[in-house]
Amino acid sequence: MNRTAIDPITRIEGHMRLEVEHTDNMVHDAWSTGTMFRGIELILPGRDPREAWVIAQRACGVCTHVHAIASVRAMEDALGITIPPNARIVRNLLSGSQFVHDHVIHFYHLHALDWVDVTSALSADPAATAQLCARTNIGWPNNSAAYFGEVRTRIQRFLDSGQPGLFGGGYWGHPAYTLPPESNLLLLAHYLEALEWQREFIRVHAILGGKNPHPQTYAVGGMALTLAPDAPSGINTAALIQLERLLTTGKDFVDKVLVPDVGLLAAHYKTTWAVLGMGPGNLLSYGDFPEDDTGPGSFFLPRGRITGRRLDTVLPVDQAAIAETVARSWYTYTEGDATLKHPSAGETRPNYTGPQPPYESITSVKYSWLKAPRYQGEVYEVGPLARLAVAYAASGGAVREAVDRFLTGAGLRPTDLFSTLGRVAARAIETQLLAARLLIWLRSLRENMAQGDLRVANNGKWDPATWPPTADGWGATEAPRGALGHWVRLSDRTIAAYQLVVPTTWNGSPRDAEGKRGAWEEALIATPLADPERPVEVLRTLHSFDPCMACAVHVHDPSNGASVTVRVG
Amino acid sequence: MARNGTTRTHDTARSQACTDGRSIAALLAQDGIGRRSFLRWCGYIAGMLALPVEPFGARIADALTTTPRLPVLWLNGQDCNGNIEGFLRAANPTPSELVLDRLSIDYVELLMAPSGKAAEARMADTIARYSRRYVLVVEGSVPTAANGAFCCVGGKAFTQILREAAADALAVVGVGSCAFDGGLPAAEGGVTGAIGVREFLAGSGKTIITLPGCPMNVDNLTATIVHYLTFAKWPELDDLGRPEFAYGGCLHRSCERRQHYQAGRFVLSWGDAGHQQGWCLLKMGCQGPGTPANCATVRFNSGTSWPVAAGAPCLGCTRPRFWDNLSNAFPTTASPLALHVVSGDTGGAR
Repeated sequence: MNRTAIDPITRIEGHMRLEVEHTDNMVHDAWSTGTMFRGIELILPGRDPREAWVIAQRACGVCTHVHAIASVRAMEDALGITIPPNARIVRNLLSGSQFVHDHVIHFYHLHALDWVDVTSALSADPAATAQLCARTNIGWPNNSAAYFGEVRTRIQRFLDSGQPGLFGGGYWGHPAYTLPPESNLLLLAHYLEALEWQREFIRVHAILGGKNPHPQTYAVGGMALTLAPDAPSGINTAALIQLERLLTTGKDFVDKVLVPDVGLLAAHYKTTWAVLGMGPGNLLSYGDFPEDDTGPGSFFLPRGRITGRRLDTVLPVDQAAIAETVARSWYTYTEGDATLKHPSAGETRPNYTGPQPPYESITSVKYSWLKAPRYQGEVYEVGPLARLAVAYAASGGAVREAVDRFLTGAGLRPTDLFSTLGRVAARAIETQLLAARLLIWLRSLRENMAQGDLRVANNGKWDPATWPPTADGWGATEAPRGALGHWVRLSDRTIAAYQLVVPTTWNGSPRDAEGKRGAWEEALIATPLADPERPVEVLRTLHSFDPCMACAVHVHDPSNGASVTVRVG
Repeated sequence: MARNGTTRTHDTARSQACTDGRSIAALLAQDGIGRRSFLRWCGYIAGMLALPVEPFGARIADALTTTPRLPVLWLNGQDCNGNIEGFLRAANPTPSELVLDRLSIDYVELLMAPSGKAAEARMADTIARYSRRYVLVVEGSVPTAANGAFCCVGGKAFTQILREAAADALAVVGVGSCAFDGGLPAAEGGVTGAIGVREFLAGSGKTIITLPGCPMNVDNLTATIVHYLTFAKWPELDDLGRPEFAYGGCLHRSCERRQHYQAGRFVLSWGDAGHQQGWCLLKMGCQGPGTPANCATVRFNSGTSWPVAAGAPCLGCTRPRFWDNLSNAFPTTASPLALHVVSGDTGGAR
């Protein structure tokens, strides 16, 4: 049995290490490590609850909106604030555009190079690529032989320069890359187009939030922006027109480029990769995108659970059933590290017992800065696959139609969704659903404004004098990577306790006291590994989860001084 | 922009040598449409640096077409990736031009193709081949406690990686507020011994430039690099390592709501009539009057907007230790908060 460390794992957000045991070119076991710790949650207690979102937002600069939303929702839950309908819509617009933007970047810039061989694209025939594009990306204008010839020349010149930049050291020529040259060139051209597209599309966040990353117009009670059709600034008529244009052109790219490209990839790689990468088979979605004020029943993507890969039954979600253990994580619990603790009673005392850097391998019992969240003690996967599977099983309708259409086109079955490729497909389908829904939400906002409803903040409880002496709150949302929850306890008008359980803590958790692997540790078992020095197969499955490590590592300890001890030697 | 003149003192002889005296107009006439937008951007950067478009636009264009392309190593410490994401929002040159045509980004974990040893080899290769010729960009703070165990990459402490990569760098550019002074991990309550790059590399003799902001504005990064490529020297810096062209002036001075400030028209609650009319956000906690930054003029996301334009108060994120002064930005009720800061409307007060 050989053990190989892959560190840094690149094309993810944050710092991650993976160690795999393998023989005969196959992975038999895996250990996932979050290798960075900031202690954001030590910084939150004692602060003004109305500023918590600014700090929590910095958990992640990639999914740069979702922690702000979870935070203001937690405060609004604690204080009993109902936000105006327009604030709900604006938040949906920010969230939905975050998803679309983040999913496109994930596919092209964080994931595609696991499937696309850059050097193979150099031998593509531009005319044949143009024909492939015309068949695949129907209606997309950049489809001429001249265009693909230019892209090929540009890449050739880049690689010939002796300065291969981002593409240098890639696993080009690895036997796992099997796409024909024309497909490689097509996807590489769209890699470059998506780089340009994303900076334009996310101007939606600049209009609604002032900037991206880290939009800034949130407020406990609503949004710190203005809706006034005739005003010189804020969301006026001109801004509405600009938003509509950005969302429309964004949807065009998703429909004509992203979704067909993922279909092309899935159809080609399905024999192997619609089978490999099966996670724990339990899926959890908090659901999100409320379309009225009645709660989870109005969510565009519903709340629910799936167990045992059964697409015929949706189980309810009770946040009280969520608990975290630190049996294999670099923390200590007063009651014993194997205890499962609900986040509202969460405790985190960092206690690093890993090897002293520099190290070659982490063989200590505890091996990650991530805790291990469990639902009723079981491992769950979160993310686009969880959301779509729950929606598919729960409601059918538009979601079922979109999923079935994609699967039929790529020659996949619904049960294939639980695989590596299934996650990739689910992410693309979700992007398409949300790109369309964004325009409907924008229309609702415009109609409200046309009817004279310009309210976007409920200021009734802005003044702390109106708050109860103590209050608990839970803010739930869906991040692009999956279910995200913030738990807060307020006391004396300040934050007494604050806890985050984030998507990558679910998906990338280490083992628990019973030795149950985290979701992607489990999914990596039986992954082929033709060359341990070039682990492209491992990256395929890992990236299908879209890891986001900075979010995932958190610590909170308002009372215990948070001493950190480091094992010496 | 900022203080005119602070960056104008550089030699012009070199400029003429580079461009053969050609003007932007001549270059435009000679080159195709693709180059047209590039040259337009060169003129824009000249403006940011407070340089006249003639002859500096053409000179910048030349500087950006030299080979080899400037090698860049981009390290992430205790960070959120907000600055590398901000880099991807560059308007012109666009992100694909930056990564393919203008720079050689040889190491950046968010985007590079290889992982593990192959990724580490890329960094080692650039350090060896381009000694004193690569720029080291650092995002995130540097955790100095616990022997570096709070941030490890490839089994090495970030402190070690940073020290080794900085040793042969041409210069170090700390992007974002965490690299500036430790940022959020260094705020009250933090336990990781987080500090900024200037403090960590103090005494190394390196040129260390800081671009605070949460995140930084990518235009300030490109302008800083362009300044070096054009003049073979870095822009003038203040005593905290911030380029004068970007941080030399006060935000409040160029704020579009300033006329309302001067007329005494203040927003008093979210969504009130004054808010809808774009009045001053000072009484909602705006930190603009004490904040050195060019957000109001450069703006974000292709010049689309900035927080105050969108309706939110400035958080003062380019100032040292801003996280521990955040409460000022969330006044309990409308109050004359921070009025003392701007008494007399000096505008440019830091």
